[in-house]
Amino acid sequence: MTPAAVRLTGWGFRHATRRAWAVRDVDLAVAPGERVLLTGASGSGKSTLLRALAGLLDPEAGDPAGKLTVDGAVPDRRRQRVGVVFQDPDSQLVMIRAGDDVAFGLENTGTPPALIWPAVDAALDAVGFDLGRDRATAALSGGQKQRLVLAGALAARPGLLLLDEPTAQLDPGGAAQVRTAVLRAVDARDATLVVVDHDVESWLPLVDRVVELLPGGGTVEHGPGWRPAPPRLPVRQQHSPGEQLLAAEAAGYTHRGSGSAGLRPTDVVLRAGRTLAVTGPNGTGKSTLALLLAGLRAPTTGRVTAGPALTAGLRRPERPPHRWRAADLVQRIGTVFQQPEHQFLTGRVRDELALGAGSTRRAEELMERLGLAALAEANPFTLSGGQQRRLSVATALATAPRVLVLDEPTFGQDRETWAELVALLAEQQDGDRALCLVTHDAGVVTALADDVLALGVA
Amino acid sequence: MSSPLALGPARPVPLSAVNPVAQLTAIVVVTVVLLVSGDLVTPAVLLAAELALLPAAGLTRPGDVLRRTWPLLLSAAGVAWVNVAFGSLSGAAAWASGATWALRVVALSLPGILLVASTDPVRLADALTLHWRVSTRFGYGALAGLRLVPLLAAEFETIRLARRARGVDAGINPVAHARLLASTSFALLVGAIRRGTRLATAMDARGFDSGTARTNARGSQLRPLDTGFVAAAVLVCAAAVTVSVLTGRWDPALG
Repeated sequence: MTPAAVRLTGWGFRHATRRAWAVRDVDLAVAPGERVLLTGASGSGKSTLLRALAGLLDPEAGDPAGKLTVDGAVPDRRRQRVGVVFQDPDSQLVMIRAGDDVAFGLENTGTPPALIWPAVDAALDAVGFDLGRDRATAALSGGQKQRLVLAGALAARPGLLLLDEPTAQLDPGGAAQVRTAVLRAVDARDATLVVVDHDVESWLPLVDRVVELLPGGGTVEHGPGWRPAPPRLPVRQQHSPGEQLLAAEAAGYTHRGSGSAGLRPTDVVLRAGRTLAVTGPNGTGKSTLALLLAGLRAPTTGRVTAGPALTAGLRRPERPPHRWRAADLVQRIGTVFQQPEHQFLTGRVRDELALGAGSTRRAEELMERLGLAALAEANPFTLSGGQQRRLSVATALATAPRVLVLDEPTFGQDRETWAELVALLAEQQDGDRALCLVTHDAGVVTALADDVLALGVA
Repeated sequence: MSSPLALGPARPVPLSAVNPVAQLTAIVVVTVVLLVSGDLVTPAVLLAAELALLPAAGLTRPGDVLRRTWPLLLSAAGVAWVNVAFGSLSGAAAWASGATWALRVVALSLPGILLVASTDPVRLADALTLHWRVSTRFGYGALAGLRLVPLLAAEFETIRLARRARGVDAGINPVAHARLLASTSFALLVGAIRRGTRLATAMDARGFDSGTARTNARGSQLRPLDTGFVAAAVLVCAAAVTVSVLTGRWDPALG
């Protein structure tokens, strides 16, 4: 297949429900075979632009402006020339066997059955997927799933390959596998590549140039050799280890009905004034460990115990945290989940904070300090990813717990919101409080952690 | 993580050689005969034939059979008990009526269990869309949707834990339990709709249901074995009815 040419002139799009343009004044020409990274802050319209290129923007969903063509025609008429990979592998896989899933797109375009399997094998080979066509898709890791999705997009030999943050939900190992597979797939330059991502550094070695969408409209082109400015790191105070607040003693967890341990027996001590980072590849039980420490799940082996400083005021202080009443738990251990919206309970930012803080005055104070005051009346579910994350941290802080457990706090953040969030977390590190960060993000570990616990594969 | 709800490739068993639409046809034949008959002999003969097929569906160990059939056995027992306890008959007649009903329930449901145990979901979708012209949007859309069920189960648990982390639990108050369940389910529904929308977009991007005639990479063949299977089902039904009539027990439920 020959690579496709992409051209945008004065292009923009405004969603039907919004007054502001999602993206506007974009002039961009991508030559056949070229590889371009499209970046920009959250809300700059990157994903909208990518969907438009794929011909997936419903014309009734809003007003377009300017012109956008793929090989000289509107994208709607070039759908068969385009392959797309989105962020979440689980909502892209259709079939239950790897080979069938790659074949799915070929079947849809009416490819004769005799030609399908050779094309499937070629696509699986191109992404380095060597587990065989019969492997169950449900049994794959995130990186393997996403490579399979990529194979599905490549099988029809597209002239234009579009990737929308394809590694955002993967651990660093899985993300590297996917980037290697992308490089292999476009190495012959028989497809034009457009990647949308705010993680610029990782893609720089793969792309010819970087185009940044500006929040107010228009673009900036970054020439070869350009590097994004390093993130601003907060200045933080070191605290000497204080009293023990929480400890896991050989605590492990096995999912019901599963033969192997989700988390192997692990020892952890959280002390006042210290921040512990828990790292390791997916599947080692990092998030499970966070749930055990947060008093949300009971370990199936070993135990989790709270120190006297944490159990003070409890009616039955000898009980482990997972048996505390929720109202007692939330005063002592705050938890921030990977997906902030799972934790929202009300329809207004102000109510969300008042719920934990108990007094409106403290809620106002928190909103002021965390930069949420302007959003007090907004519905938490309508906030941007960065704002939602700030709010979820704020709700955990509202009850002033002495232990704060955070699962992937920087997940899905762009450079700007990342720096804000790290600064916010640094402010929470004081002599009385222990933080536990479960993260893939090496930058967060460098910026905030006193101690690191690296979990390994069983 | 392995969930009992996970949709995975089915392990091939001897009965898998029979095309799913042939199995469905046989099920229709058996169902009609069972609904028409009102005696004890007909379901007994059919059930014997169905039980003979259990090994072909890979259900040889009593434990496996019980795991698949316990809800069915429970409901059959329930139906029998209702008949004995509340039926208009009494004594031996009531027990006979209860046994007939229980046998009918088991004989009606067991073919479905044989189908599920022997049929790969993808082969079922292939057979339905190719032979019975079931719309591909329905067939493969349902398949894609079923993949999301175990994810939903995991998400429900996460939302429940996230609420406890916010200090919300129901304690021992049943009303609070119901309200918490309702609000958790709502949050889950919102998430499910979002995920479903993403899946639909991804399927659109791969040209699903775009108006082009779809091909099928795996195909689904109807062979003499399939005709034979349906014919055998018809023969067994005829034999059951014949035995019933000859023994003087035939008692058509309709007419």
